[in-house]
Order: sequence, then C-alpha cells, then structure tokens
Amino acid sequence: MASSAPFDIMRVRQDFPILSQRVYDKPLVYFDSAASAQKPRAVIDAIKHTYETEYANVHRGVHYMSQKTTDAMEGAREKIRSFINAVSEREIIFVRGATEGINLVADCWGRQNLKPGDEIILSQLEHHSNIVPWQLIAERTGAVIKVVPVNDAGELEMDGYEALLGDRTAMVALTHVSNALGTITPMAEIIRLAHAQGVPVLVDGCQAIPHIPVDVQALDADFYVFSGHKLYGPSGIGVLYGKETLLNAMPPYQGGGEMIDLVTFEKTTYADLPFKFEAGTPHIAGAIALGAAIDYLTGLGLEKIAAHEDDLLAYGTEQLGKINSLRFVGTAAEKTAILSFVLDDVHPHDIGTILDREGVAVRTGHHCAQPIMERYDIAATVRASIGLYNTRDEIDVLVKALGRVQEIFGS
Amino acid sequence: MSSGLTDLYQEVILDHSRNPKNFGAPEESNRQARGNNPLCGDRVSVYLTVEGDHINDAHFDARGCAISIASASMMTEMIKGKTVAQAKSLFDRFHALVTSDAEGEADEDLAELASLSGVRAFPTRIKCATLAWHAMSAALDGADEDVKTE
Repeated sequence: MASSAPFDIMRVRQDFPILSQRVYDKPLVYFDSAASAQKPRAVIDAIKHTYETEYANVHRGVHYMSQKTTDAMEGAREKIRSFINAVSEREIIFVRGATEGINLVADCWGRQNLKPGDEIILSQLEHHSNIVPWQLIAERTGAVIKVVPVNDAGELEMDGYEALLGDRTAMVALTHVSNALGTITPMAEIIRLAHAQGVPVLVDGCQAIPHIPVDVQALDADFYVFSGHKLYGPSGIGVLYGKETLLNAMPPYQGGGEMIDLVTFEKTTYADLPFKFEAGTPHIAGAIALGAAIDYLTGLGLEKIAAHEDDLLAYGTEQLGKINSLRFVGTAAEKTAILSFVLDDVHPHDIGTILDREGVAVRTGHHCAQPIMERYDIAATVRASIGLYNTRDEIDVLVKALGRVQEIFGS
Repeated sequence: MSSGLTDLYQEVILDHSRNPKNFGAPEESNRQARGNNPLCGDRVSVYLTVEGDHINDAHFDARGCAISIASASMMTEMIKGKTVAQAKSLFDRFHALVTSDAEGEADEDLAELASLSGVRAFPTRIKCATLAWHAMSAALDGADEDVKTE
C-alpha cells in the first residue's frame, strides 16, 4: 500500500515522460487532466511488457501465453475491485469507458425496469454522457427525465433533490464530481435518500476516482462507472461496477463470444458475471495497464496525491483570484482541483489560443456539459484542471500567460 | 516568441470584436439562418434583406469569440449592397484565404477581411472565422435547418 516516503513532486514528474516535451519552444504546462490524464512510465511499460512478453487472447486458450495473459487481466480486475472496495471481482465489468458503462446500465437495466411515466433523476452538473443515454432509453420506454438544480456556487440543491424523489422515481444517475466545475456532490447522502425510497443510484465517478478515495460499499452505490484514461491509465478501457444482484438480474448488453455459456440456434445461455457483459475480445493490454496505474497511484499514496492537489487548488484560487477581470465559475465548498473561470472581455476560445502559445494546455468550451453552462448563462469557460504532476510554478506560468491575454486584448 | 498571435489578433479584428457592426436582430429581414459550433457552443444568427438578386441589408447576432464576431461583423459590412452571386463568391475567396497554405496573391476585393488571414496558422480556429459565412450562405439558400461547423 502507500509508501511512507514524502510526496516529492519533482521526482514524481520524472515518472511522466511527456512532461519533458516542449510546445512552441516552451515547457509543456498541462492543465487538462480532467479531459485525459498523462501516463506514468509504469503504465506505458505495462502495455509494452504485455505485447512484448505476455500476450494472447484471454480466457479460452489452453496454451501458456493465453493463460499468462488471462492471469494478468484477471489480476487487474482484482486490483480494481480492491481499489474501489467492491465485494467481488464479479462486480467489475470491463467496458470501453464511463460512457459505455452508463449506456450499458441505461440500456440493460432501463429496458427491463422502466415504464411509461417513470422518472429518472439527473442534475444540471451532468456530463452529456450521463444525460444522453438516459434520454435515449426514456424515449424508448416512456420514462421522463427530472433534473436537480444547482446553486450559484455550483452545489447540488439537496432540497430540490429530495423534492424530486418520489413514488415515480425509478433511477437516480448523478455525478460524484462535476467535470466542468469540480464540485464534489454529497454522494453518500444522495444514495441514502434514494435508497430510503427504494431507488437505485448510478454514480458517474469519472472525475472523482482520480482525486478522492472511492469505496462503493461505504457509499452503497448500485452502479459506479469510471474511465481508465482519467485515472492515468490508457484510453479505451473503463470500469462499470454494479452490485452482483442487480447485474445478475439484467439482460446482456451485446452478444458475442466470451459472454456465452452454451450456444445453439434454439437457445443460448449466458456466461456468469462479469463475462456476461464482456462480449468480444476486450482491451486486454488496456485492462492490464489500468491495473498498473492503480498500483502506481496507491504506491504514491492517494492521501498524499489529494493533499498535493488541494494545495495547488488553494494556491491557484488565490493567485487567479488576484486578476480583476477574472470570475470563477464553480466555487463549491467541496471541490476537486478544477479552476473553471471566465474573463470579463475575452472569450474563452481566444484565451485558450493565447495560453496555448505560452505552452499552457487548458480546455475551453462547454466541457460536454452544456446544461451547466446554460445555468450560468455562459457559452463556455476556461478550465484548468490539475493533476498529481502539476506544480505551483506551473500555476504561476498560467497567471503570467493570462497577463499576456490581457496585454493582447488591452483589457 | 508568440509569433502568429499578433497576426491573429490584429487591431482591426479586436476593434470589430469590441464594437461589431450590424449587431443585433433587425426589426425586418426576409432571410435568416443560424449557425452552431458544437465544439465550443458558439452560435450566430444572420439576418438578410434580399430583394430580387440584391442583398439590401445584413445583420447578425452572436455569442462567440473575437474571431467569430469580427468575421461576422466584417461580413455584414461587405455583403450589403452585393448581389447573391457576389456574396457567395466572396465567401469562396474568404474560405480560401483562411484555409489555404499558400500565401497566394493579395485579393483586393477582400479588403478588411484580409486581416483574418492569420487564422490559417491556427487550424482549430478556422471554424470560428467561417461560422457566420456558412450561416449567410444557408440564409441565401433558404435553408430551414441550422448549419453546423461539423
């Protein structure tokens, strides 16, 4: 588990080869980890190691390589189970990413359970990937979407949430951390209230999992999804956690190899969990490398990572706050290290272009969360999202680059 | 060195973005179309008064970056009084200006629009510059649907 060594940021940065790159002849300052995090050497090596020394298709081969690869992949599944404290590795489904995880639940659970007039509760904080899958299944089943509002700080209005919970509520699907604002939602309380009404909860954990410890049993989450690439792992691999009883009751998502027990043209029976939901050859190296990412993070120590990021959030809030024309969007009391903001007279797109030429990578736009932009009557924000490898010096570079924006725009 | 940035954000562009011409929905118009950029959520509406073959008036309303506002502002100024064919030809030449690699010969008809040639060096921003033009073209064609940059 966590080492007792202090968090040495300069040493940690050396674990990430890409951070030594220069862009436009300036050191890369990467503040876009909420979109996708950079990869440590351990993850890159795990992919290389798999393809160079231990690779074959999984689960069916009798030969040595297939067995070694299967062991490595199932080893990764166990690491993930332990990381989120699921009861069983049967509850860990490998998917392409959080988006596929949500689509899987909306489709398989929704198809079986939703009736006309049933209500699905979402919030204004949701990423499009936790909105559109529910709209699709609502269209097919006659269910309707209800939306929890947020206050000016970007926090969920819990009174509004409780008011929406009722006899017609069939599912609650909410984010654990807002990707656009960084708000941490009170998920344990959200789930407790839903369960009091007998309603299951799906948690979009994409932005939470890289920053805060997640214990699905303590939360009592029914479904929890996240993407590997935001957790310093590869893209194309993600995880759907679901309680075993719920997953067992659901029909399969896609048909194909791997997910079957016995196939005849008269009737096919399905494999047990987790394979029932893993049709086709999975992203084998991706799953193994995601396990390596988890080893890397637990090796650094999740608490040390969180403390480092919290320090940068506080420092960044203070330093950016000194810019007169800057307004933060999202000032929740509980938030992860995301600095989302606008400048008075300059559009985020223009800011992003100018920062880019200073070597600073930020995201500008609606962050695939248009409803929360509408909530604040803005089209876009600039989002500087902090990863475990960022530094105070890099915040200073960002502040200086924003000075360049003001220079060009004369504001 | 931030070469390119000063080409992109020339004073004439910043002026147009701060004080756009023909800005806001007019009381009367007989052709209009909206453009959306799904990448950034920006929107522009173009309102034209077309009589016979002539564009008598042109306005726009928008939520967007300096490049998109400036481009829309210059466009409305340029196409006013032009024929439909002239406006479309202008769009073609403007499109070539902001997308082609070659410097090419100066196209004097483009006048102020030439100031947007710096966009060329910023491929992610070309759509900002052309959004209003796509909407203008759709308005002339009488398209009902919103145009998108995607």
